[in-house]
Amino acid sequence: MNANTGERQGFNIEKWGAPIALAALLVIAAVVGWPHFHKPQNLINVMRQASYTGIIALSMTFVIISGGIDLSVGSMAAFCASVGVLFMNWMLGNGLGEFWAVVCGGVAASILIGGVCGAVNGALITAGKIVPFIVTLGTMSIFRYLCLQMANAGEFASKSQLFSRFGAAALFQFTASGHRISLPIPIFALFILAAILSFLLKSTRYGRYLCAVGSNAKVAQYSAIRVGRVRFWAYVVNGLCVGVAASLLAARFNTVSTPNFGLNFEMDAIAATIIGGTVMAGGRGTVWGTVIGCFMLQIIQNMLNMAGISPYWQGVVKGIVIIVSVFIQKQKQ
Amino acid sequence: MVEEIIRIERLDKSFSGVPVLKNINLDIKRGEILGIIGENGAGKSTLMKILAGIYYPPTAGSIYLHGKITDIANPIEARRLGISLIPQEFNLIRDLPVYNNIFLGAELMKNRVVLDNAAMRRRTIELLSRLGVSISPDAQIENLSAAQKQMLEISKALAFDSEVLIMDEPTTMLTHYEIDILFRLVRQLRENGMTIVYISHKLKEVKALTDRVAILRDGEVVHDGPTADMTTLQMAQKMVGRELSSLFPPKNDSAEDQVVFEIKNVSVPGILHDVSFALRRGEVLGLFGLVGAGRTEIAETVLGLRRKSGGEISINGKSADIREPRDAVGFGISYLSEDRQGSGIITSFSVAQNTTLVSLPKYSSRLFHRIDKRTEHEQVDEYIREFRVKTESQDKRLENLSGGNQQKISLAKSIDTKPGIFIIDEPTRGVDVSAKHEIYVFINKLVKENRISCLLISSELEEIIGMCNRVVVMREGAVTGELGGDAITEENVMALATGVVEDKSA
Repeated sequence: MNANTGERQGFNIEKWGAPIALAALLVIAAVVGWPHFHKPQNLINVMRQASYTGIIALSMTFVIISGGIDLSVGSMAAFCASVGVLFMNWMLGNGLGEFWAVVCGGVAASILIGGVCGAVNGALITAGKIVPFIVTLGTMSIFRYLCLQMANAGEFASKSQLFSRFGAAALFQFTASGHRISLPIPIFALFILAAILSFLLKSTRYGRYLCAVGSNAKVAQYSAIRVGRVRFWAYVVNGLCVGVAASLLAARFNTVSTPNFGLNFEMDAIAATIIGGTVMAGGRGTVWGTVIGCFMLQIIQNMLNMAGISPYWQGVVKGIVIIVSVFIQKQKQ
Repeated sequence: MVEEIIRIERLDKSFSGVPVLKNINLDIKRGEILGIIGENGAGKSTLMKILAGIYYPPTAGSIYLHGKITDIANPIEARRLGISLIPQEFNLIRDLPVYNNIFLGAELMKNRVVLDNAAMRRRTIELLSRLGVSISPDAQIENLSAAQKQMLEISKALAFDSEVLIMDEPTTMLTHYEIDILFRLVRQLRENGMTIVYISHKLKEVKALTDRVAILRDGEVVHDGPTADMTTLQMAQKMVGRELSSLFPPKNDSAEDQVVFEIKNVSVPGILHDVSFALRRGEVLGLFGLVGAGRTEIAETVLGLRRKSGGEISINGKSADIREPRDAVGFGISYLSEDRQGSGIITSFSVAQNTTLVSLPKYSSRLFHRIDKRTEHEQVDEYIREFRVKTESQDKRLENLSGGNQQKISLAKSIDTKPGIFIIDEPTRGVDVSAKHEIYVFINKLVKENRISCLLISSELEEIIGMCNRVVVMREGAVTGELGGDAITEENVMALATGVVEDKSA
């Protein structure tokens, strides 16, 4: 009964636009970045680099679908990572030896703090009735300067050797066309979280409510949906994902440099979400689209690197890509 | 000799290959009031939007203005050519005072740089007094009634010296008295040589006001002739293309004495004053009042969207504490909103997603609240059949459906929670005649077969008289009286609604 809707609408750009753009970009990158781009190790590097902000972009998709925005994610990441590392160091300094449990404790602390930070954002937005842009602009400053104050603008180095092993760890080692390949943990985290969030968004009541609230909050309210709660949880989920990304990145560096950690992450996360086809005004979007969006951003950067283009021009290109992708989305409406 | 202002010849318009207007031929003469009627989706609005330059170019055919072939390429061009369109939703900027709104887009300037507010104010006073309406030029838009906003839109047209004024469903938001004022004004404009094109669903109004009527059906002009030669019934038949029995089904006869829902002394500061009434099992209780009487506000209070300062709501004799719409749903109350697009349906959601929006808990598992899409699909299919919703599939977005079909989905959404008490607010607003009839039949069926008790909120007297077992009338936030059976007449209801007993000879 519902099979023939596509016929009259013709080509469904909303569904296929992002995958096709990614495929086209891969071809271009393979040509521009010849002969290095297409090598498995490079592709895996691209994916790993995309994962950290990618994980944040997944939940940013929730926030944007709900009709909001979260500018605080970069600072929040720095804050979560700092707390995680401090907690690990505290455990090590209090007689606990180098166990994986300590690493788990640090990661859990990061995620938990992320959830709390997200809850603060969510509460101010829903109970405090302040617009998301202002609330998260404020907390962006608060989270960043809290870390700077704690570290005296310096860095928090992890004392755990296991933590850095966790940061470099990879799963599934195998050999393909003569190269030894292994998939780093962040890539797994990205795909697992994407699968979970996509399930939440597409198949559960919460996902349906999230889109309803983002499309038309008044209709949602009249339809007996608790608009405030739905919004609140979007920010909490976002905070939790920030915590995950922050601990993975901190483990990678084995240290948290408070002035720089997570800087401009909000820009990359929002850009990936928008490129992935989520509507800025809320109500519509897909998690997998966002995954494609963050891969695209990273591929562009990698390709331009290989072509020897300065990082400043790379920033310019990134900006153009964001604007063009939104422009294309507008055309179909 | 009547002079012809606009002639439309063999006009076609298609949207992405779908023809909306087919071979339209129509003359519009100076100084006439031309009524254009047709069901939703017949092409009335499209035709008018072409005349107003909003849709350009037409797929085929031509428009002659004063005998010369003319391109109306955009709204500014249309205004320059003397054609003004007053849309169904007003184009007024809430934060600007009246005089700035009237000159919006054509501001009077001093030395081409600075806004000449004094001149605009002066011209506004002139225009408003020419129309004989008393609105302060400095008034804020939000403080104006719907009728006053309408007057402002008309003043805008006058300010630009329009020859042709197109009014799209101008009376949807107006009360009886305001409609009278509007009609007087429209006739006066005709005396001054203006041409008015009047688009409406309300055949009675078209009959009363227009000189000539053109009827559109499925994008074609099926009738064009003097209004005096037709009855409203004939008009309705031409519109739907079939015989129409009475608009209203036989009155509901399943009312019992038992009270299922009662409002006792409910007050909301500044809005409702000591409101009490009771709804009985299996009855259709009307709630009538003019705009601002507090009808919708009662519904909002019942849903917990407004905080009451006193009084009590009781369901089946027990006091019910309702703080948010979710509680109301829990008590078996359902509400169909008067503002379909504003608070009733989500236009970017599909037919299925809208239908189950309130009743979603019913379709989701305990674990993760996963939605059972198969059950949802089957249930929605059942509603589509039952309501005869015209849609290719239940995955179609509601923005692609006509107003009548949207309203049917809105109805399905409201009853999918299996309510015992159904508050229906303006169920037929912006809905065409045949969908109206279907909705009335459906309400009576709900009451009879599902034993649902209905509170029918309406500003259309015909609807109240045709549908209700009893009617509660409100004025300025208070109940002024209750009528039942044969006492529900236009005179009695209006007397209670206005506080004025009308002179029968008038």
